[in-house]
Amino acid sequence: MHHPAAEIRVRRPARRRWLRAGLALLALMPPAAWAQQPAPGPIDTPIGLIYRPQPAPSSYDAEAAPEDEGLAGARMGIADNNTTGRFTKQTYTLDDVALTGDKPDPVAAARELVGKGIRYLVLALPADAVLAVSDAVKDTGAVVLNAGAPDDRLRGADCRANVFHILPSRAMLTDALAQYLTVMRWRKIFLIVGPTDGDKAYADAVRNSARKFALKITAEKPWTFGPLAKARGDTPTRAEAMVFTRGLDYDMAIVADEEGDWGDYVPYRTVDPRPVGGTQALTPTTWSPVLETWGAAQAQNRFRRLAGRLMRPLDYQAWAAVRTVGEAVTAKKTNDPAAIAPFLSEPEFTLPAYKGVPLSFRPWDHQLRQAIIVVQPKALVSVAPEQGFLHQRTPLDTLGVDLPETTCKFK
Amino acid sequence: MSRRIEAGLSVVALGTWVALCGPAAAFTAYVTNEKGNSVSVIDTTTMAVTATWKVGRRPRGVTLSKDGKELFVCASDDDRIDVLDTSSGKVVRSLRSGPDPEQFILDASGNPLYVANEDDSQVTIIDIEKNKVLAEVPVGVEPEGMGLSPDGKILVNTSETTNMAHFIDTKTFQVIDNVLVDARPRFAEFTADGKFLWVSAEVGGTVSVIDVAQRRVIKKITFKIPSVNDEAIQPVGIRITRDGTKAFVALGPANRVAVIDAKTYAVEKYLPVGQRVWQLAFTPDQKQLFTTNGTSNDVSVIDVASEKVIKSIPVGLLPWGVAIAPN
Repeated sequence: MHHPAAEIRVRRPARRRWLRAGLALLALMPPAAWAQQPAPGPIDTPIGLIYRPQPAPSSYDAEAAPEDEGLAGARMGIADNNTTGRFTKQTYTLDDVALTGDKPDPVAAARELVGKGIRYLVLALPADAVLAVSDAVKDTGAVVLNAGAPDDRLRGADCRANVFHILPSRAMLTDALAQYLTVMRWRKIFLIVGPTDGDKAYADAVRNSARKFALKITAEKPWTFGPLAKARGDTPTRAEAMVFTRGLDYDMAIVADEEGDWGDYVPYRTVDPRPVGGTQALTPTTWSPVLETWGAAQAQNRFRRLAGRLMRPLDYQAWAAVRTVGEAVTAKKTNDPAAIAPFLSEPEFTLPAYKGVPLSFRPWDHQLRQAIIVVQPKALVSVAPEQGFLHQRTPLDTLGVDLPETTCKFK
Repeated sequence: MSRRIEAGLSVVALGTWVALCGPAAAFTAYVTNEKGNSVSVIDTTTMAVTATWKVGRRPRGVTLSKDGKELFVCASDDDRIDVLDTSSGKVVRSLRSGPDPEQFILDASGNPLYVANEDDSQVTIIDIEKNKVLAEVPVGVEPEGMGLSPDGKILVNTSETTNMAHFIDTKTFQVIDNVLVDARPRFAEFTADGKFLWVSAEVGGTVSVIDVAQRRVIKKITFKIPSVNDEAIQPVGIRITRDGTKAFVALGPANRVAVIDAKTYAVEKYLPVGQRVWQLAFTPDQKQLFTTNGTSNDVSVIDVASEKVIKSIPVGLLPWGVAIAPN
């Protein structure tokens, strides 16, 4: 599917005028125009997005993932890039590929996009797919922007020079939560771990964060009661789940449930009255509909007009990935990935992204430094890095893996 | 209300004497409270709030008519501009501003009004007498700062996400040039001689000084405050004295206003004010500077000559903008 900017936003006569101009430009340009630089003329930068739409929920789900999760965010990024592009003679288009039953292979999708001349690939995919795609396009000069995989190994042992990580690693997320617990002096953690690999990786990150910030995991149990948060009639298992939290000494329960199967079942059901956080309840994340400071309200409104729904973290991450390309191309006045990729990890590159501070990439693992919001479903609770967590470079580097600890070696 | 009438009478009685004379000159400051949906009215002599007026939702940008009789307030969430009679404090009419008006600037002749529509990537130009939209100028994403050259020929709008200062011809309403600045430009202020334009970058942490004739950044002013994180230094409001010697820049969550030598661009001092300081306004005699401090819900008053903070005045919830009337 090809989504030129024209399909994205048409509301006012003024806008339509420039869109027509933009389309005319697109029509005039050969597909490989991206490579012709730094010509003084217009620059067109096509950006690819590969994502896997969530399967439709089987029955009523109040917060089911929308089919265009991530895609809608990328579209807003393209629209924002084009608004700026009007003044810099730059245009941006989105070529999005949904991986579905008859087109399941991310590598094939990436090769096809690169074959069309696309050199920026935004991936809203799991870690293995990110690795496979980045290795497959390694020799084409394409830049991969990871918008969906939080795995620390992608920033560590499995890091790749052509990959930039837009979303925070699990270590950054759990460090953010751990900083909040430290501020609150909630030092004792009851860790509840779900059955998936992601859950286990999240639990590992919680353990590391606890060590880093001198918190104590006083109890740890696997979750063995199934997807209770998704069950309707729950009375038979409820008593059992409550017993499971009996006789433990802790200040806060941290749930590791990346699929959202059971984490929301835990709050208000623990034997002792204790707050719950982690993947549910009090959550460290990139975005939430309750965020309105630092100009976020404008982004929320713009997104809602565009997509007809609230902006989700994956939408924000895809938006930030597309905006990363736009910011860098605007600054360097070229879309040649050979110039853009090294520029991204220079200190001169910064991305304003509604977090109150400029975001930038860590040169040692290509992770986007960012403030992380700590939210409950209805309110912003805190923002990490918390006051008082200092770092010689920037307080943002108190979140996640720092230079001395990194295991990433770019080849 | 009677206070307003008294003030009006004194102006009539004393004529320009009041405006020209000593520190006792009484002005009125109007502060918009973004979350309070109100305007706090402050007597600049007593430095006390004398009234609180209800306005539309999310009031941000604020300015006065040339004669000071009308107060214009961007009611951002109501997609309109409320016009208040400053003698009664009542909203007497609303202007069709286009969606989400955030900041605006009035033409030197008193009409039209140039409005930045933050949510809609455009600048709307409104004839305030006829309440008619004269033009809509497409600009970058999240337009905010609005500056007008002293000769009134060039309007500058800054767009927060596009990171540009857009130069707009006020005759043709066309964008004639764009200058890239640092991240999240919030405010644009011309020097009184019209030669330079100062643009703050909130996320970039800098103030760019642009040569207006060449449309080129000639200086980037940076800030460094001991014991404050660089990330917390977020320049927003800028005011430059008429004589062109001194500039004041509000530094957001750094809770400071920087005092800058406007000739050498050297930062001379950081004045501690309330929390999250954004907008600034001089009294018409330029003896005082008022600051809006969003998080501490107050206004700080700076004595311009001594460069000292002399007062903090509690106002409504989340003070955003400030405008000061000559009467």
